[in-house]
This record gives sequence, C-alpha cells and structure tokens, in this order.
Amino acid sequence: MATTYTLIASSTVGSGGVSNIDFTSIPSTYADLLVKISIRTNAADVTDTIGITFNNNTSNYSFTRIRGNGTNVTASSASSQSNVETGYADGNNATASTFGNLEFYVPNYAGSNNKSFLSDGVSENNATEAYTGLWASLWGNTAAITSVKLVPITGSLFQQYSTAYLYGIKNS
Amino acid sequence: MAAGATYEPIATTTAGGSSTNVTFNSISGGYTDLVLVISNVTAQIDNMGITLNSDTGSNYSRTIMQGYGSTKSSSKNNNQTYLYTMYKDTSGGNPVMSISQFLNYSNSTTYKSVLTRQETDSGGTKSVQAMASVWRSTSAITSISINSGNANFNSGAIFTLYGILVA
Repeated sequence: MATTYTLIASSTVGSGGVSNIDFTSIPSTYADLLVKISIRTNAADVTDTIGITFNNNTSNYSFTRIRGNGTNVTASSASSQSNVETGYADGNNATASTFGNLEFYVPNYAGSNNKSFLSDGVSENNATEAYTGLWASLWGNTAAITSVKLVPITGSLFQQYSTAYLYGIKNS
Repeated sequence: MAAGATYEPIATTTAGGSSTNVTFNSISGGYTDLVLVISNVTAQIDNMGITLNSDTGSNYSRTIMQGYGSTKSSSKNNNQTYLYTMYKDTSGGNPVMSISQFLNYSNSTTYKSVLTRQETDSGGTKSVQAMASVWRSTSAITSISINSGNANFNSGAIFTLYGILVA
C-alpha cells in the first residue's frame, strides 16, 4: 500500500523559544507539500500572524485573505511582500495555553511555474479577540521549493510547545 | 503518521492541453471520503464545474464565501447543473488550485455534501473562496467529471483523486 503522506520534518519549540522554524533540504520527490502548525508567539498582543518564505527568498510574495472575527467579515490583499502572511498565532496576551492553528497546502512545489498555495488558520482562545481566515497566496518564483521558513510577524519568538510538521504528499 | 493506511491516491491525471474535460471513472466504494486536488491550472477557466455520475440535471446547490482584494461576498445558488470547483480565472497566468472533499460519498441513503477551498486569479490578483455544495442524489459517487467551462486545460494541469479510510 502506498504511503501517501510522509512526514519530512517536524519541530517542537523548547524552553526559551525560537525566532523561526526552518525546514531545509526538502526533497523534490513528492507531488505536494502540506505544513500543519500549532503556534504561539511572544507578541504583546492577543493575536500574531505567521509569515513564511521559501528558499530564503524575500521578494515577490502576495496574498488575498478573507477572515471573520465573530462579528465582522473582512477581505484584504497585499503584493510585493518580503514574506507572506499565512495564518494566525496566539500572542502572549491570549488566553494561557492556547495556540493558533493553521495549515497550508503547496501543490506542485517542485514544478517550474510560480507557486500558488492555500492556507487556513484560526486563533480561537475563548476571549474577545479571535480570528478564522482563509488565504490564497503566491510566490512569484519558478524555482522548486527546497526550504520553508516560518517567522512571527509581530513577535520575535515562537513560544515553547509550538509545533510544525512538514508532510510530503505523493499522488501515485 | 501511518497515513498509508488511511489516505491513498486513487488516480492522477496530468492534462495534455487538448481537452476541456477530465473524468475519474469506476471509483471504488471502499473509502469513507474522497479528496480531489486540482493544481497547476494556468488556462483561462470559466467556472470550472464538476458533475457526479454524469448527472447534468438541476440537482446541485452551493453557498460561497469569497474574498477578493478588499471585497468580501457571499452568494447562494440552488438547482444548478454542476458543482463549482473553481471560479472564473481571467489571468491565464499564475497557477490556481482547489481542494474538494466529498464526504461519505459511497452511501446510498443521503444526499452528498462537498466542501471546497479554492483560489483563483483575477487579472493578477488572487481571490480565495470557501464553498459548501450539495448534490441531491442518494447514489454512491462512482464518477467525477471536471469541465473547464472554457478553454482546454493547459498541459501540465494536475488532477488527483484520493480516498480516505477511517479504518
């Protein structure tokens, strides 16, 4: 029986936190990539956002997002970004022991087209501020993706017990 | 993650550039759910649609939530002749994708629900959609046909159907 989902790499943040999570040397032997993240940052806020870069490249990222906060739905977009917002983390002011959760799916990551991908994420924490969102993103680069780096946008550290899992998905 | 036992590729097709249609036939009823991943589509599609079991009757409905730039919207369409799986794409440039989940697809008692997330590209700006659809048929899904609604699928467009087992 084929193994469709293969865990390529994972990261669990230890005491003291880390400034980023970097998956490197990603082989090109899969069809798609999937990253699942449970994350909390040290941002002095209830919610933080997660940025990603591919191949340590800091240009040509864009996204469109729709999100709800329990009262309103809003949409926004941005282009020419140095990284791309891809989901929510709970910040340091969120309810204790809560983590934002997100996943993003990158099809045809080793192909020669620009890279489009889908993300969804939540920051529910049983408090006043929380978000759920869906993102369409683009890295305007035709290179095969060989590394994925996650960084907090507002905070400087991912906090202890944050986790990230990178899967390779085969389609045959 | 012992996913090999629970998540299997059933079939994958890479378009050759000369057809507006891709069909998966003879889908086994041996899974719990199906997942259809469509990616690397760069052709100018126009409401890419799915029909199930060759049913082109007015038996499909959908509710859509969409974000495009700073515009958000929601729409509802009943008695449609196909399921949306991807909205109009006017750029024909950057690749677009969708992921659709067909829940409890092989039962012969209930209508079939489909959840889709998709992203399209309208003149160079991405838009993102979440969509809930229903096919009003109690038949087990045995075939899925995807139609571009416009031009031929580009050479290299990828269509993969996965089966998910709960046990």
